[in-house]
Amino acid sequence: MAEISKKIDTITFGLLSSDDVKRLSHVKVVTPELYDKEGYPVDGGLMDTRMGVIDPGLTCRTCGEKLKDCSGHFGYIELARPIIHVKYIRVILDLLRSTCKDCGRILLDDVKINSHKEYLDSLDKKDILSRRKRTKLIRDSLKNIRKCPHCKEKQYTIKIEKPTIFTENDKRITPIEIKARLEKIQGVDIELLGFNNEHSNPSSTILTLLFIPPVTMRPSITLESGERSEDDLTHKLGDIVRINQRLFENINAGAPEVIVEDLWDLLQYHITTYYDNTISDVPPARHRSGQPLKTLTERIKSKEGRFRYNLAGKRVNFAARTVVSPDPEIEFNEVGIPKQVAMDLTVPERINQWNMERLKKFIERGPKTYPGSNYVVRPDGKKKKITDETKEQLLEELQPGFIIERHLMDGDVAIFNRQPSLHKMSIMCHKIRVIAGRSFRLNPAVCHPYNADFDGDEMNLHIPQTEEARAEAETLMQVQTQLISPKHGLNVIGCVEDSVSGNYLLSKQIVLEKDEAIHLLMSIGMEDSSKFKKLKAQVTGKEIFSVLLPKTLNFVSKNRADEEVVIKDGELIKGNLDSNIIGEEGGTLIRKLHKDYGDEKTLSILSMIFKLGIKALELYGFSIGIKDIDLEEIIVEKIRQVMNDTNREVKNLISKYHDNELETMPSKTIEETLELMILQLLNRVRNRVGELIADNANPNNPTIIMANAGAKGNILNLGMMSALVGQQALRGKRIEKGYDKRTLALFKQGELSPKSKGFIETPFREGLDPMEFFFGAMTGRDSLMDTALRTPKSGYLYRRLSNALQDLKIEYDYTVRDANKTVIQFKYGEDGIDVAKSEKGTINIRNLIREVTGK
Amino acid sequence: MIEEYKSQLPLSIFEDAQKELKNHKLTKKQEKEFFDKLLESYKSSRIDPGESIGVITAESFGEPGTQMTLNIFHFAGVVELNVTLGLPRLIEIFDARKEASTPSMEIYLDKQYNKDINAARKVAALIKETKFRELAQEFSINIAKLQIEATPNKKNMRDLRITDQILLKTLSESIKEVSVKQNKDGTIVLKPGKEIELKDLYKLKEKAKDTFIKGIPGVTQVLPIKQNNEFVILTSGSNLKEVFKLKEVDKSRSVSNDIFEVLKNLGVEAARQAIVNESLKVIQEQGLDVDIRHILFIADLMTASGTIKGITRSGITSEKESVLARASFETPIRHLIDASLVGEEDELTSVIENVIVNQPVPLGTGLPGLIARIKKLDGMKNG
Repeated sequence: MAEISKKIDTITFGLLSSDDVKRLSHVKVVTPELYDKEGYPVDGGLMDTRMGVIDPGLTCRTCGEKLKDCSGHFGYIELARPIIHVKYIRVILDLLRSTCKDCGRILLDDVKINSHKEYLDSLDKKDILSRRKRTKLIRDSLKNIRKCPHCKEKQYTIKIEKPTIFTENDKRITPIEIKARLEKIQGVDIELLGFNNEHSNPSSTILTLLFIPPVTMRPSITLESGERSEDDLTHKLGDIVRINQRLFENINAGAPEVIVEDLWDLLQYHITTYYDNTISDVPPARHRSGQPLKTLTERIKSKEGRFRYNLAGKRVNFAARTVVSPDPEIEFNEVGIPKQVAMDLTVPERINQWNMERLKKFIERGPKTYPGSNYVVRPDGKKKKITDETKEQLLEELQPGFIIERHLMDGDVAIFNRQPSLHKMSIMCHKIRVIAGRSFRLNPAVCHPYNADFDGDEMNLHIPQTEEARAEAETLMQVQTQLISPKHGLNVIGCVEDSVSGNYLLSKQIVLEKDEAIHLLMSIGMEDSSKFKKLKAQVTGKEIFSVLLPKTLNFVSKNRADEEVVIKDGELIKGNLDSNIIGEEGGTLIRKLHKDYGDEKTLSILSMIFKLGIKALELYGFSIGIKDIDLEEIIVEKIRQVMNDTNREVKNLISKYHDNELETMPSKTIEETLELMILQLLNRVRNRVGELIADNANPNNPTIIMANAGAKGNILNLGMMSALVGQQALRGKRIEKGYDKRTLALFKQGELSPKSKGFIETPFREGLDPMEFFFGAMTGRDSLMDTALRTPKSGYLYRRLSNALQDLKIEYDYTVRDANKTVIQFKYGEDGIDVAKSEKGTINIRNLIREVTGK
Repeated sequence: MIEEYKSQLPLSIFEDAQKELKNHKLTKKQEKEFFDKLLESYKSSRIDPGESIGVITAESFGEPGTQMTLNIFHFAGVVELNVTLGLPRLIEIFDARKEASTPSMEIYLDKQYNKDINAARKVAALIKETKFRELAQEFSINIAKLQIEATPNKKNMRDLRITDQILLKTLSESIKEVSVKQNKDGTIVLKPGKEIELKDLYKLKEKAKDTFIKGIPGVTQVLPIKQNNEFVILTSGSNLKEVFKLKEVDKSRSVSNDIFEVLKNLGVEAARQAIVNESLKVIQEQGLDVDIRHILFIADLMTASGTIKGITRSGITSEKESVLARASFETPIRHLIDASLVGEEDELTSVIENVIVNQPVPLGTGLPGLIARIKKLDGMKNG
C-alpha cells in the first residue's frame, strides 16, 4: 500500500476575493433546476457533477473520480448586485466610519499613521492579540471624526439599521456604494484598520460572487418512496439562484427601481439566512413543514456542530459496547468478552514465511468457526471477505505480505472505557479473555477507577489495529501501570467488599488446619509449594496471608482502628488488615508494594490477596440477616435514655424561647438561635447512638465486621437501621414550613418539637410512620436534585479546565510551558516530582531512614 | 559532603531530610547511604518530559468536582458566619469573578490586642460598618412637626463605642438637608431645613437609616474568635485597604478571601497564594484529596501573565495562539470571522488543531520523532 502521508504545517485564514472565488471554482451555477427528466444532474445546476458526485454510479467531471475518491469541488454564482455578508456587518460599519467617504483614506493624519504603523511593525508576527488590540483602538478612536485630515471632506454619521442596512445621515447607502468605498481603502490604511494586505481585503466583505460548496458537502437523501430530499443548504442555494435570476432579468428588462430594490433586498435576505439562520430581527427561513433550515452557521457551532461533533471527536471502527458484569475469577488486567464479539472484531496480522502455516488455519476455519478470520487484505490494498466460496481461492494465492484479519483471541490487546471519562484511569488497556455469555466481564476490583457498577452499566471496547498502537497501549495504559493515581499519589485499585471483610477476618481470628490452609492457598493460585513447608499443623490467618508476601518486605502502618500493622521480612506479625491497608484510595500496603516491587509484581500479589479474602470468607461463612441488627435490651434502654434527655432539653429550650429568656447569638435572630441550638442537640443524638452501639456491639456481628474492616457501611448506618434514623436536614437546617407556619397539616401552627420538624425517632427496621417517611422523602428528593444540578456544572468546569490546560506539557528542560512556549512553571510543582510516582505527594524520608538503619 | 546533595535535590526535600535526620542518630556512613538512596528515590520519582501535565491537572479537578456538593452555605468553623464553599466556590475561584459571593476577611491583631477578648472586641467595633439604623431602637415620623425622631439604642452604642456627640456630628455631616438635635429624653431629632412634603420625609427617613456612622465600609459582620491561643477577627465583607490602615492589625498575616482584593493590595504573588489557599480550603472542606501540585499549577497558570486570568473563554482560552483551538472551545464563528480579517495563521502547535486535522499531537508519545538510517539489505524487495 503506497500511501503518501502529508503533514499539514500551517493553516492560513483569510477572505476570498472575487478572483479567488473564480480561480477555485469549477462551475458557474446559472439555473435553479437540479435534475433533468431522467433524474440526471443538470449542467450549470446546483448538483452539477463537476462539483462532485453523490450517486455511486456517476463520475466527477472535474477529477474523474468516483463517489468515495472525489471529495468535491466548489462552484460560484454571479450575483446580479453586490450583497453584504452578514457576519461582517460590524466590521463594515467600523470601516465606513474610520475612512473618508470621498478619498477613502483612514481618518488619521500622517503623523499618527506613522506612529501606529511603527508600533504594528515592531510587533511579532505571531502576536495577533496585541495587533488586534491596537487596531481596535484605532477604529474606536475614529468613530466621531467629522473631517477627513487628507482631503478635508466632511464626514457624516453612519448607522446600521436592523440586520443589513447602512444609512448615512438617514439616507441608505447601497452595497454598491459601500463596496466602492471599501475598494478605495488602500495600502497602509488596510493594515491599520486590522486587515491583512495579503490575505484579506476590506472590499471582500461585500459579495459579488457567491461561493458554492461541493455537492458532497450537501448530499441529498433518497427516501423510501424513491423521492429525493435535498439538503437544507441546497434548498437555500436554490432560492438564491432563483431570486438572483429574477433580479438579473428585471434589471436587464429595465424594470422600475422599486421592483429591483425589492428583489435586491430579498436576495440579501436569502444570502443572509444562507450564512446564518439564527440572527435576531431576521425571520428564519423555513421548510414547508415550518421547521427552520439548518444553514452554515448552525452547521458549525455548538455541541452538535462540526467542531465539537466531527472534528474534536471522531468515530472509530473496531469497537464494541455492551453491558458489564462482574467476574472475580479473571485477572485485574483482563476483560472477558463474549465469543460473538470476538468473532466480529479482528486483529490484522501480516503473513510472513514463519507464521504462514499458522495463519492459513484461520482462513480455513473462516468467519463462522472460532477462532477464524473475516478478511484477507492483499498487498495492493484490496480487501477480500472470506466466505466458504472464496476460501479455496484465497488460500491458493496467499503469500507473505498479505494481511489476515483474524478473530480476537485470549491475550490480545484491548482498550476498555467507561463514560464519563473523567480521568485517565477511565480508559485502560486490558488483555482479552474470550468467555461464554453476552456481556463484558470485569474484575470487581477494577470497578473503582472506571467508577463502574453492575446495575446495567455499559462499557466500550476498542481493538488497536497497528503495532505502534498496541505497544503504546500495553506499556502505558495497562491496568498495572495505572495503580497509582496522579491525582493524589495513592492506589486506585485495591481490595473491595467481601475481599476486605475476608482478609480482615483472616488476619484477626481465623485459624485453619494445615491441609485446609494449603487448600485455600492453592485455590487462589499460590503454586510455590516451598512456601508451605514452614506452615505448622495449626495455621493462623496471618501466617496464611504472609505466604503471599515477598520475603524482603518490611512494612509498618496504622489501620482503621489506629493499631499498628507490622510486616517484618515478609511476615505479618501484628495488626488486622483492613481497608486502610489493602483497600483502594489509600491502601498503604499496596502503595508500599508498588514502590518496592513495581507494577507487575504488585498486581499479581494484589490479585492473590483479593482472591484470598474472598475464598477465606467463603470458608469462614459470612451472612447478614434481620437479627444482626437487633439490639440488646440494655442498649435499647440507653438509647431511650438519650432520646428522653434530648427531648427534655429541647423542650426546655422551646419554653425558654417562649418566655423570651434565650440569649441570642450575635447577628442572629432569636428564632435562628433557637433553631441552631435545637439542631445541635438533635444532631448529637445520632452520634451518641453511634457511640453506644459501637461500645456495646458484639464484635462478631457481621455488620460490625464489615464496618470495622471498611468493606461496607459504618456504625451510623447500623444505628439508622437498628436504633433511630435521626434528624432529616434540608440545607443545613431542620425541615421548615411547607404549610403556613408548620411542616405538615397535622401539626399545630408554630410547633417546634423535634418530631414536627423532621426528626425520625424510629429505626428503619421498625419502619417509619407516614410523616417521618415524608420527611425522609424530602431530604431524599433534595439530594437527588443536588446531584442532577451538580453534574452539568462540574462537567462544564471540567470542559473549561481541560480546554485551557490541554497543551501544557513538561519540556525536556523540566519547565512547564504552553503551546506558545511561554513558561508557566520553572519546575513542575516546585520540586519536579510526579505525583503518580510519589507517595501521597512526597518522598517517604522516614522509610528511607528506616531502610538505612535497618529498624 | 551534604552540600553536594543539596544542589541535586529540591530544597524542600533536602530540608525535610535534614529535619528528619535530627531525630535519628546516623553514622556518617549511614548518612551517606541515606542521601544516596534519597537522591535515587528523587530521580526515579521525577516527572517525565513530554508528560501532558495540563490534562492530568484538569482531570484531578474534574473528577472530584463530580463528588462535591452544591450546598452553597457552609459554616467556616463558626456557626454564625456563612461562607460559600463546595463546587460553586471552586467555580468562582477558577472563573476569576470580580465579585466574590461571600467576601470575608481573617484579621490578625498585633500582640497587644490579640490576647484579650475585650481588646479584640474593641478592634472589632472599629472595623464593623455601622449604620444609623443599628444604633436606634425605633424611627418615627412626627407628622405635626414634619420631623424624624429616633430613639438611640444605648446598649448597641455602648458596644460599638459610639457616643451621642459622635453620632450627632456624623449625622449632621452626612445628611446635609437636616439639622440634628438631641432632646432631653435622648431622642434624636432630624428636622429638615426647609418645608418638605411627607413623601420626601419618608425618603429622608430611609436615607437616615442607611447613614454610615463609623467603621469600614463593606464589613457587615465582625466576629472575634479564639484561634490557636490568640484572638482573631473574622468578618463578612472585605476591605483590606481600609483594614491595613488600622494600627492594631497585624498586616503581615491578615488575609481576605477576595482574590482580586488581594491582587490590588498585595500584588500578584499574593493573589496566587490566595488562589491556592482558597482552592485548598474548598477541597479540604469537602473531604477530598487533591495533590497540592495541581492547585499550584492552576494558580500559576492563572497568574502567569501578571494579573489574574480566569479559566473561561474570555480568560485563558482567549489568549491561545491557535485559531482552531479557540474556535473549538466556544463561539467558533466569531473566532473564524476575526481570524479571516487579520489573515491569522494557525501553526498547529497545540493539541486540538492536530486532532482536527488527524495528525499526532505534540505531547507524550506524539512528541519524539524517530530518525533511522536503514541499511538496504541485498535482495530485499519492497513490501
